[in-house]
Amino acid sequence: MTTETIPPPFDVERVRADFPILARTVYDGRPLVYLDNAATTQKPQVVLDRLAAYYANENANVHRGVHVLSAEGTESYEAARRTVQRFLGAAHAHEVVFTRGTTEAINLVAHGFGSILTEGDEVVVSALEHHANIVPWQMLCERTGARLRVIPMLDSGDLDLRSLGETITDRAKVVAVTHTSNALGTVVPLAPIIDAAHAVGAAVLVDSAQVAPHAPLDVQALGADFVVFSGHKTFGPTGIGALWGREAWLDKLPPYQGGGDMIDRVTFEKTTFAGLPAKFEAGTPHVAGGIGLGTALEYLMDLGLDAVAAYEADLLAYAEERLAAVEGLRFVGTPQRRASAISFLLGDVHPYDAGTVLDRLGVAVRTGHHCAQPVMDRLGVPGTVRASVAFYNTRADVDALVDGLAQVRALFG
Amino acid sequence: MTEADRRQQAIADEFAFVDDWMLQLQQLIEHGEAMPPLADDAKTDDLLVRGCQSRVWLDAGTEAGTFHVRADSDSQLVRGLASVLVRVFDGLPADEAATADVWVFSKVGLADHLSPNRANGLDAMWRAIREAARRGA
Repeated sequence: MTTETIPPPFDVERVRADFPILARTVYDGRPLVYLDNAATTQKPQVVLDRLAAYYANENANVHRGVHVLSAEGTESYEAARRTVQRFLGAAHAHEVVFTRGTTEAINLVAHGFGSILTEGDEVVVSALEHHANIVPWQMLCERTGARLRVIPMLDSGDLDLRSLGETITDRAKVVAVTHTSNALGTVVPLAPIIDAAHAVGAAVLVDSAQVAPHAPLDVQALGADFVVFSGHKTFGPTGIGALWGREAWLDKLPPYQGGGDMIDRVTFEKTTFAGLPAKFEAGTPHVAGGIGLGTALEYLMDLGLDAVAAYEADLLAYAEERLAAVEGLRFVGTPQRRASAISFLLGDVHPYDAGTVLDRLGVAVRTGHHCAQPVMDRLGVPGTVRASVAFYNTRADVDALVDGLAQVRALFG
Repeated sequence: MTEADRRQQAIADEFAFVDDWMLQLQQLIEHGEAMPPLADDAKTDDLLVRGCQSRVWLDAGTEAGTFHVRADSDSQLVRGLASVLVRVFDGLPADEAATADVWVFSKVGLADHLSPNRANGLDAMWRAIREAARRGA
């Protein structure tokens, strides 16, 4: 007989109590049903407390002062960097660069490739990307004369990987691909894409903004060259996020912004730059944000990302089953593997109309193109209603959504 | 009281009998359904109003000093909002349309039931109407 380690049951009610906003009501006293986690996540009390404690007791500029506050602030900020390192399974803390979020992290890398790409080179993205993983690369292509190629998508919302060899050619220098689609919830199988990119010597950037809050991340096992995510989507503060990059690649890229903290020696004739990660962190950083993100990731790791992933998988299966039974509901995207987000349309009802009535009923969902207009164009819809769960959502939240959709039908049907 | 005020008061009176938000939205939808739609080939991109999350077409102009406006939207709620604006502004003297204040939505409490994004769309529609009226005034 084998003994199995049975994980402790995921106590969602206890977890919900950690998030003060989940206790609030909206409009005429309706409980808030928050199903817009792909847009941003709520913050546990420990993160709020950590931010207040930082400003109340520790506020100082980091990396500079000789006084005790600055020393403590620097230590807290760098400890947060080590937390991100642990969260990502990175080999070195100096491979973690704090950014304003996923968007800035991608811009930082795209800007850096400006000194590497030349005319005729190719940059590859996928048809599933958020605008943040399209536009910086388009701008890069315009600057350098490189060409943007796109890995196509199937009607299911999965990427069509059959023709990878045609899209990722030996002209490819960088492949930037999402880990999970924010619009459809598609979990992208990255291994074949990373293998194809590395086979032609291209670097790979993975947008993990929609994975970091939902499943374990291990950048070394993943094998990409850059991984980016946002703090605010991972139960941390807004205005902070992280870029992980392989040391060799980060060394190769030029600085993103110039200023204080990122220099080694400045004269009017020439400036030499600091090493990693300071080279990419010009100016006073978002110290409170970094520290708050560290606390959020500690909280998430204490919950256990395997337990979070298992709980959410069960909740998503329940949501898919209940939504499938709603009359007139059509899923937009039926990917083989899904995380967090479900996009759908209800008959001919415009997504905004559905979203407005759901909102009035206390159910917060996202409507529109979800910053992924090419995805909507490919599937021939102007937008969708998107419900996206986090570990603090319950089956009762899904029930409230389904009940709300019945009212939407009654009004617009 | 201006003509625009009189028209808005008439609309407010119609909505005054409904206090449940669901019924109020239903009335707004029906108000939109009563408005003649724009023909599909009249829904051209140059008539699209920027700043709305749904697609809204506004066809406005001034003829012999009289302001005319027609509208459509692929959202039923926005179509309802647009139909109220059309009822307030269509046929007004252009100079009055260029300066008229819109107060009917807050008066009947509709603004409380519509998400801010939609409220932005309402603002965008009103702005587009006012600008069109100014050009003709």
